[in-house]
Amino acid sequence: MSDQTEHSPHPRDVGFSINRRQMLAGASALSLAAFLAACGSDEKSAPDTTAAPTTTAAASPDSTAPVGSTAPAPSGDTVTFGSNYSDDKPKQAIQAAIDSTGLNVKVNTTDHNSFQDNITNYLAQPDDVLCWFSGYRMRFFADKGLIGDISDVWDGLGDFNDSFKSASTGNDGKQYFVPFYYYPWAVHYRKSVFADKGYEVPTNKAELVALATKMQADGLIPFAYANDGKWPVQGTFDIINMRTNGYQYHIDLLAGKESWTDDRTKATFAAWAELLPFHQENPNGRTWQEAATALENKEAGMYFLGTFVATNSTDQAYLDDLDFFNFPELDSAVGADALDAPIDGFMMAADPKNLEGAKALLSGLGSAEAIDAFLAIEGASVAASSAADTSGYNKIQAKSAELVGAAKNIAQFLDRDTSPDFVSNVIGDAFASFVADPSQVDSILSGIEEQKSTYLG
Amino acid sequence: MTDATLVTNGSADTTADTMAASPQGGRRHRRRYSQLSRADKVWLSLMVGIPTVIHIMFVWVPTLGTVALSFTKWDGIKLGSWEAVGFKNYWAIFTIFDPKFFPALFNNLILLVFLGGCSTVGILFAYLLDKGVRGSAIYQSVFYLPVVLSLAVVGFIWKSVMFSQSQGLFNLGRDKPIDFVGNSERLFTFHIPFLDSPLGLTKNFAALLVAMAWRHIGYVMVLYLAGLKSVDPSLREAASIDGCNEWQSFRRVVFPVMKPINVVVLVITVIEALRAFDIIVALKEPVGTTVLGVLVKKNLTGEGGGQVGLGSAYGVILLLLCLGFIIWYLFNNYRESES
Repeated sequence: MSDQTEHSPHPRDVGFSINRRQMLAGASALSLAAFLAACGSDEKSAPDTTAAPTTTAAASPDSTAPVGSTAPAPSGDTVTFGSNYSDDKPKQAIQAAIDSTGLNVKVNTTDHNSFQDNITNYLAQPDDVLCWFSGYRMRFFADKGLIGDISDVWDGLGDFNDSFKSASTGNDGKQYFVPFYYYPWAVHYRKSVFADKGYEVPTNKAELVALATKMQADGLIPFAYANDGKWPVQGTFDIINMRTNGYQYHIDLLAGKESWTDDRTKATFAAWAELLPFHQENPNGRTWQEAATALENKEAGMYFLGTFVATNSTDQAYLDDLDFFNFPELDSAVGADALDAPIDGFMMAADPKNLEGAKALLSGLGSAEAIDAFLAIEGASVAASSAADTSGYNKIQAKSAELVGAAKNIAQFLDRDTSPDFVSNVIGDAFASFVADPSQVDSILSGIEEQKSTYLG
Repeated sequence: MTDATLVTNGSADTTADTMAASPQGGRRHRRRYSQLSRADKVWLSLMVGIPTVIHIMFVWVPTLGTVALSFTKWDGIKLGSWEAVGFKNYWAIFTIFDPKFFPALFNNLILLVFLGGCSTVGILFAYLLDKGVRGSAIYQSVFYLPVVLSLAVVGFIWKSVMFSQSQGLFNLGRDKPIDFVGNSERLFTFHIPFLDSPLGLTKNFAALLVAMAWRHIGYVMVLYLAGLKSVDPSLREAASIDGCNEWQSFRRVVFPVMKPINVVVLVITVIEALRAFDIIVALKEPVGTTVLGVLVKKNLTGEGGGQVGLGSAYGVILLLLCLGFIIWYLFNNYRESES
């Protein structure tokens, strides 16, 4: 995580723990796939999968591999796939997903941080299909003509609800993206703390303020808070803005269509300033891991963060005790049906060498089989496809699916919903200054508005 | 005083000697060149030519490229898609981004002054250790240890071991932990008439300075210690016989003799102050600690690649500052050897 500077973290960046059985099952699935691949016509993809055989012997006795055994032999012309799944387990997982499509795929793996940092150079000579995430950045590339229209692939993808389809749609109304999985942001808490003190999950602003006040009286910090790296408080802004002004205003503001000095934007910051005293002091010098520890140690009652909050903990009792709820509504006219849930998926090159193969691969990756194969190994994120097999979900996965399923609109997190250079050069510093001294809000907002034109537009 | 004149005279004499010898020497050289065989000439031109080409390719082409790009607007995606905007980027830096640019420039200035102070302390330590303090080898290793680490690693260490609010050494046993890394309140401020916002030293930058001092002092100390070892002891003896006290013998005898090392220390200090940015990036660029290098990096690299023109303009400003120092230094040196 330490090398992640400006981006919101990612389940696979923060390294979700995977138990040994899943790992072994995955390894054996993969080695089977490798064996099949070696038998088939595709010689090129074999080297990518040879990492597995060393664990095969250990894995085979209790192998429960659902995927590798059913993977058909690869066929058709080679499709190239630009992968940023560079860590061992995600790499095996994505390979399993690709193998489940039965296509002849050559995987080119790049370290995920480099992939993200070099995306613009990479898009000058991309692979046929590449990994990316939904949001402004995808739409920006679509506008620039750097990625290919895959609306016809979407005609065959029946397993996604409308919020995923709109998250995959460019500014021109065509689809450019196939969603794969996601993780939501929510308010995390310890069930035992809520039970001991008789706290109730709040559903509106009055209840939230009452709960936070009560926690303070009980000697608890209501919300753990951190802002090291300057991205964590962007999540707070996202949710308060969506609760105050609704999803559409939020997206328009981040796209540069609305003003940062608008009264509605100021209302968001006023609500934030009102809730700020309930947050842990001095967030700017604290890492999210330290704040998560405050929640684990029962110093803090709640923590608004992505579901990766417990990644660093190995204490099973704590993990079982952990639960989350949707951030309550602040304005009954706006409701609470929007949230941040960054979606990862795939795009197609603007001019792929193998157009047919690329589209076949994308529709294969959009199928339930592909995500099932992926989650069988990765086992932490939530499938975007509504046809995916959810029987293996743990509690957090199941609840995440329920939360996002109920949401009308899904935002992608601030640094994915607007230009990343605007975030890293303007927003990050501005929000950090705001949480340090909320009274400066007017000059901070006029500063953002003044500097915005350089980056957006 | 006498010793000083002695030393100065000494160096002046050598200079005079070389000056006197040079016309003849020149003629000799010219004659030797003509005696070079064809193969020698080929080799010579290769040996001079290849480094020159490499130097031009990798130093001057990018430098001039940066200068050219600083007058354009370009998102870094497609070569050739840049559009000329004249001085707009510079104008933006001085009007729109002035709340970022001037504090960054001021931080660089603070660094220069502060590291200058650290160099002085390092020189003092070196001088004391050179006096043969008992256990000087231990002190040397202790002070030199941080220098083995890169400044980025120094940043990581101080952030998690010293400054952390939950487990930092400086926060152990405090009821209300101090936020060393994130607190951008200013220790002092002053207003400059044409600037919107006041300048000042932020608390977290001051904390960073401490971490940098930790490394810089040891660095200068070891450099200077090595130099002091090579100072002829008879010079000091002569000084003490002439009745110099400790300060006089350092100021008037040792310090001038150490000129080559002094130059190295000065250059290192200025370079460290201007290029310092790794430790700040390692701390994830907290508000209030920005220096020019960070502004260059943030606009040029990263996922967006984003604002190549603006980033290049920051780079050109940094280049001009460095060039200013180099020109001042060369000019001074040249004038000294002239006289």
